[in-house]
Amino acid sequence: MATAHSKSAARLMIAPAVFVLLVWMLIPLCMTLYFSFADYRPMRGVFETWIGFENFIRFLTSSSFLSSLVTTLQMVGGILVITIAGGVLMALLLDQPMFGQGIVRILVIAPFFVMPTVSALVWKNMFFNVDNGLFSYLFQGLGFPPYDFLSQSPLLSIIVIVAWQWLPFATLILLTAVQSLDSEQLEAAEMDGAPALARFRFIILPHLSRAITVVILIQTIFLLSIFAEIFVTTNGAFGTRTLTYLVYQRVLESQNIGLGSAGGIVAVILANVIAIFLMRIVGKNLDN
Amino acid sequence: MARAITTQKKVMWTTLAWCFGLLMFFPILWTFLTSFKTEATAIADPPVWFLFDWTTQNYADVQDRSNYPKALMNSIIIAVGSTFLGILIAVPAAWAMAFVPGKRTKDVLLWMLSTKMLPAVGVLYPIVLLAKWLGVMDSRILLVVVLMLINLPIIVWMLYTYFREIPGEILEAARMDGAGLRSEILYVLTPMAVPGIASTILLNIILAWNEAFWTILLTTVDAAPLTKFIASFSAPEGLFYAKLSAASMLAIAPILIMGWFSQKQLVRGLTFGAVK
Amino acid sequence: MSIKRTLLTSVVGLALATGIASADGHATTITIATVNNGDMVRMQGLTDAFNEAHPDITLEWVVLEENVLRQNLTTDISTGGGAYDVMTIGTYEVPIWGKNGWLVSLSDGMADDWNADDLLPAIAGGLTVDGELYAAPFYGESSMVMYRTDLMEAAGLEMPDAPTWDFIREAAAAMTDRDNDINGICARGKAGWGENMAFLTAMSNSFGARWFDEDWNAQFDSPEWAATIDFYLGMMNESGPAGAANNGFNENLTLFQQGKCGMWIDATVAASFVTGADSTVADKVGFALAPDNGLGKRGNWLWAWSLAIPTSSQKQDAAKTFISWATGPGYTELVAANEGWANVPPGTRTSLYENQAYLDAAPFAQMTLDSILSADPTNPTVQPVPYTGIQFVAIPEFAGIATQTGQQFSDALAGNQTAAEALANSQALTTEEMEAAGY
Repeated sequence: MATAHSKSAARLMIAPAVFVLLVWMLIPLCMTLYFSFADYRPMRGVFETWIGFENFIRFLTSSSFLSSLVTTLQMVGGILVITIAGGVLMALLLDQPMFGQGIVRILVIAPFFVMPTVSALVWKNMFFNVDNGLFSYLFQGLGFPPYDFLSQSPLLSIIVIVAWQWLPFATLILLTAVQSLDSEQLEAAEMDGAPALARFRFIILPHLSRAITVVILIQTIFLLSIFAEIFVTTNGAFGTRTLTYLVYQRVLESQNIGLGSAGGIVAVILANVIAIFLMRIVGKNLDN
Repeated sequence: MARAITTQKKVMWTTLAWCFGLLMFFPILWTFLTSFKTEATAIADPPVWFLFDWTTQNYADVQDRSNYPKALMNSIIIAVGSTFLGILIAVPAAWAMAFVPGKRTKDVLLWMLSTKMLPAVGVLYPIVLLAKWLGVMDSRILLVVVLMLINLPIIVWMLYTYFREIPGEILEAARMDGAGLRSEILYVLTPMAVPGIASTILLNIILAWNEAFWTILLTTVDAAPLTKFIASFSAPEGLFYAKLSAASMLAIAPILIMGWFSQKQLVRGLTFGAVK
Repeated sequence: MSIKRTLLTSVVGLALATGIASADGHATTITIATVNNGDMVRMQGLTDAFNEAHPDITLEWVVLEENVLRQNLTTDISTGGGAYDVMTIGTYEVPIWGKNGWLVSLSDGMADDWNADDLLPAIAGGLTVDGELYAAPFYGESSMVMYRTDLMEAAGLEMPDAPTWDFIREAAAAMTDRDNDINGICARGKAGWGENMAFLTAMSNSFGARWFDEDWNAQFDSPEWAATIDFYLGMMNESGPAGAANNGFNENLTLFQQGKCGMWIDATVAASFVTGADSTVADKVGFALAPDNGLGKRGNWLWAWSLAIPTSSQKQDAAKTFISWATGPGYTELVAANEGWANVPPGTRTSLYENQAYLDAAPFAQMTLDSILSADPTNPTVQPVPYTGIQFVAIPEFAGIATQTGQQFSDALAGNQTAAEALANSQALTTEEMEAAGY
């Protein structure tokens, strides 16, 4: 029912947001694009404006590119699986009648407020450390030999740290969805003698599907750019080098801005492919 | 009879939930405890739980070596400033998208979200060069703007989903009564959207508070927030667990407390349109 | 009481930070970026003493963990600088940045009593490009063997002043007692050009290996490198700590201080920590030169954390005043008066090693000096090389390459791949990177 007047007003109102994001997108992105075709190595004092696709070829054909892609997918996938499975269980648990529900909820969401650098430092030093970490004492107490998490299961260690931070987020969103569940329907099913697993499979899970897609979308956006956790714990060693981290190494450690910029452009393109893919699913889900 | 079973069940659920809750909270609790130990107690074998000489020396040491109040101030200004600037720009945009959807509204929305996937380090040099050219390196305003831009897509999307829940008929009615666009937003829409806006604000303060790439690389002294404060206590020479814990608690305490006090608000509004 | 004090200072500090921070308008404020190592934190703690002598200069400190500091400094300097007036950088960066014209020469304009001639020639040489000194050494270090005299005795062995690698390996195996949490040898395993690659590169020199031949071809496929890595992995697996692949300088320091290492080969500056108050084994530590293999080169390195002024600084005079103070002979005496002679920053000045008070207080002084003097960055390897630097190769690409090769060797130490795989991967990626760099 929108009038022409309100249509143009609407455009006017969207304009600032679109404009600032366009500027934010375009200026740095264009500069990055420009650098990606240049031989730009400030430590050598080299700046040659056009070397064609050399940086792209070098970045894409280097052996580290494919492995970093695989690592990224494993890491993001692992975290998503843990947070969603854990989030659903936690949300269902928190929805049960209990004493001190408010306090439990506070305890569960607390990790979300901890900055990534801090949580990585705490986990690395106070839990994973072989000599002085708590897990090490636990292992000793149980009679196992000491286990060096960060070098033996590096990817899993980082997944645990990040999942710990994001589990509360998934729980919160899923909890809201669980609470909107039609309890009469559930009770009716229970009366009919449907076992708990069937109730979960055929009533609860379908109801949560939309919330789960939202969690996947939002978390993927954040997880693709994980940096601090890797930087603090392994510095990219032991096969924990994600695409983001590889670009970081090219730009800051090797000081090859051209090559790093090419990597950045590749990452943007890949992220957008994933984004479009995700949006398709979510977009469909959002419409109805 | 039925009642007894309920109580029994309730006790069971309570136990289970508390176990999980404490498990999730444990790393923070452990950091808190460690921050009151001496360095030697912090790595004692076997670990010491509560029975040790509690000391605040670590906090005093951390205080001596760095300017915590200043970092805290900067964190607050940057987190709050970027959030409110973002809200200011996002509310009209989300309003328009929700109530006057055009053919390309969805595309614009999705495009906005995709800007969030720009890998930060890929545009590091461009941003630093721009900031230097504009003469705004190490200023709070730079971080306010950069963090606002990073989180704007999330803000717009969250608000959009809230606004869509508001029934259009109410607006129609208001329009019939001759309400202008401004009063429509101010008097009709805003009150209904308050819970949504509040939780958007909360979530974005948390995200901005914890951002640790730009806040470290775009600051030196004047605008350096708590994320940078932490970097001076990680991995120095010698034993450092207790001091690191103290610094960590100082860095996360303000946001943790804010989060706890406002968790009802946060929980109520945090849906991203996940619930229909 | 102390909580109250903390609260009080917070409130006052808050007021200061928000309102009256720039009250005294006359003072020149200089921004100093430095590492959060013990000696630098001590320097920061002596700010008041500096201000007593120079009330017209205000010091603004940016103290960061090494990796974060490096991120900040390189981003700043390679985009034209401007954020800092004094930067703490090492022997690797100074020649490269100096050559790029990014640093101010300290050959003149320093305080009269600063006395450049007193600097140890080996250290000063590494900070000099074309006759201009581009940074003032704050502390200098080589590497050496630190060992537990009691464990050595219990093993029935005697540490020579100049041990060989074979002796070290044998002694390490003899000292190891895993049931009692004693590891014969601690050495760096954490990936990084300044971590395990510093150790391995220096070690490889004594095995006759080199990074590049005279035409800049990577040499990880040479038998010398294979011997180095085999020996390193073998020794660490026999007698090293469980989490060796994650242990850098600091982790090993903690282990040694807790009495969990029989020997530790690392920076000479660690000597004052392992004999200091935090150490449980302070009175049982002996020192020896870094090991060799009889090929004429020892496995010790040379490094100096140094203070430099970027050319972009607008306050170069004030910065020079500060550097003169922090790296001058007066500072040594100041620290000695406040914290004792054993804690003065070592390894930069000849006069310190002629000072009887220091020699008495620091049992490691002579060994530190001998280690530093025996290092020769201009002639680091057995075979000729086109580069300078002992534990590094003084080219801009080195940091990036060595961090990646470091990850390969760290992975091998963790048992995730074999030595041969690590070497082959290192050879491939080094060749790739050097090609990209146009060699």
